[in-house]
Amino acid sequence: MTPLLSAKVVTKRYGAHIGCADVSFDLYPGEVLGIVGESGSGKSTLLNCLAGHLSPDGGEVVFDTRADGPRDTLLMSEPERRMLGRTDWAFVHQHARDGLRMGVSAGGNVGERLMAVGARHYGDIRGKATDWLERVEIDAARVDDRPTTFSGGMQQRLQIARNLVTGPRLVFMDEPTGGLDVSVQARLLDLLRGLVRDMGLSAIIVTHDLAVVRLLADRLMVMKDGHVVETGLTDQVLDDPQHAYSQLLVSSVLQV
Amino acid sequence: MNEYNFAYLDEQTKRMIRRAILKGLAIPGYQVPFASREMPMPYGWGTGGVQVSAAVLTPEDRFKVIDQGADDTTNAVSIRSFFERTAGVETTTATAEATVIQTRHRIPEEPLSEGQILVYQVPIPEPLRFLEPRESETRKMHELEEYGLMHVKLYEDISRHGHIATSYAYPVKVEDRYVMDPSPIPKFDNPKLGDSDAIQLFGAGREQRIYALPPHTQVVSLDFDDHPFEASKADHPCALCGAVNTYLDEVITDDAGGRMFVCSDTDYCESRRAAGFTGAMTHTRPFSMAEQGQS
Repeated sequence: MTPLLSAKVVTKRYGAHIGCADVSFDLYPGEVLGIVGESGSGKSTLLNCLAGHLSPDGGEVVFDTRADGPRDTLLMSEPERRMLGRTDWAFVHQHARDGLRMGVSAGGNVGERLMAVGARHYGDIRGKATDWLERVEIDAARVDDRPTTFSGGMQQRLQIARNLVTGPRLVFMDEPTGGLDVSVQARLLDLLRGLVRDMGLSAIIVTHDLAVVRLLADRLMVMKDGHVVETGLTDQVLDDPQHAYSQLLVSSVLQV
Repeated sequence: MNEYNFAYLDEQTKRMIRRAILKGLAIPGYQVPFASREMPMPYGWGTGGVQVSAAVLTPEDRFKVIDQGADDTTNAVSIRSFFERTAGVETTTATAEATVIQTRHRIPEEPLSEGQILVYQVPIPEPLRFLEPRESETRKMHELEEYGLMHVKLYEDISRHGHIATSYAYPVKVEDRYVMDPSPIPKFDNPKLGDSDAIQLFGAGREQRIYALPPHTQVVSLDFDDHPFEASKADHPCALCGAVNTYLDEVITDDAGGRMFVCSDTDYCESRRAAGFTGAMTHTRPFSMAEQGQS
């Protein structure tokens, strides 16, 4: 089976300082990979390198494209990479405001990706937008409201709808539940889990919340100081951490 | 009058502007940056258009200026006299006789012919400006032809008003490549942009951009399949000349709801009246304010 995304010794430096170094992994279709680690451990740098927002200093990011099979996205031309970014890839930001157009209605936000790939029928676009709002549990009557009138959890769900409307195969998520209160987090996680399973999505989730990866991720990578210190199945890593830092991370979780 | 170089600007500046114009003509719809000069008028009064006019004028030209269709408003009168003084060119108000026409917010009703140049004053040349505030990003979007966002604006119009409510500065796609802001002309004028016999030049002074449409360029107004573009106008005939296919201005005549619709293109309206056409207010007796109880 061809991996959907395959990272090979991806390295990003900020001057003398290491962003992330020598990260390699394979992500297979339908699989969810969690990346955990403390703040500043290079999780977000790695995610941005994989998603093409930053250009790494070395390594390869090979994506199994629909048309031409596996290709190194770093060697693609910028139009190709941006096209990928709005069709087969999706990126969910930590802050919904970064991923949404706050001055545009919810329907327009969801429809933007459709229009960007050539949809030119208003009725169809609106129909799809309404459908997606319902799938992420936003009342369809709010299709013409701006995201500024939405709560934080709704904004995050709207951002997810906006990203998934073109049926991507790979979703990058940067702390998707950050800044939400726990009950809203739980509903969002439930929703994400449902969507990932229904659509057969692959996802890479960056988070520092171990509960999130326990629920969503099949496999786990633990990062520290830009390096991957441990990888394995989620339950295996969380229940029997091998590396000293993983052990510290797991034991740091507060028990209520 | 010879204290000024011909048409006010010095020759090097005119060369620089002509280079930008030629580049704009070579890449229809592409916004060419140029080193806009300070002009003896405030930004927003047509500094871009005036610089483009100055660069294309020759002593043999006949110059016309229209402001919202009219030849007799402040902006039109002062720009016309500006070039009378600084270039000594002949001026006219007749569309057909002019070789260079500087315009603000309208395209003349009379079809333009080969050899004429229409110069637009442009306040904001970037059609994506209010959708995407970053200049670096809008340039990238033009470069990569990522125009989905333009349709988001039209989508928002329909979702809020039930139809595409953008009525001026209606975005167009030029030769299937660049999305262009046609300056704040009413969308009624949009169909005249395409396949014109004349050269159309757009100058934005404050924003320092020039773009152009060479003759017979394909220009398509953006729309949705189920909400097609419509060149709308007020649904009345002209009260003075009776024309039914021209763009109309609504003129308030009193404080009791009285109003009239007249051609916004004054030259077109006058020449029709001279040819004997009459409208609701002219075919019985001349319109006069006194009859309505006001002196």
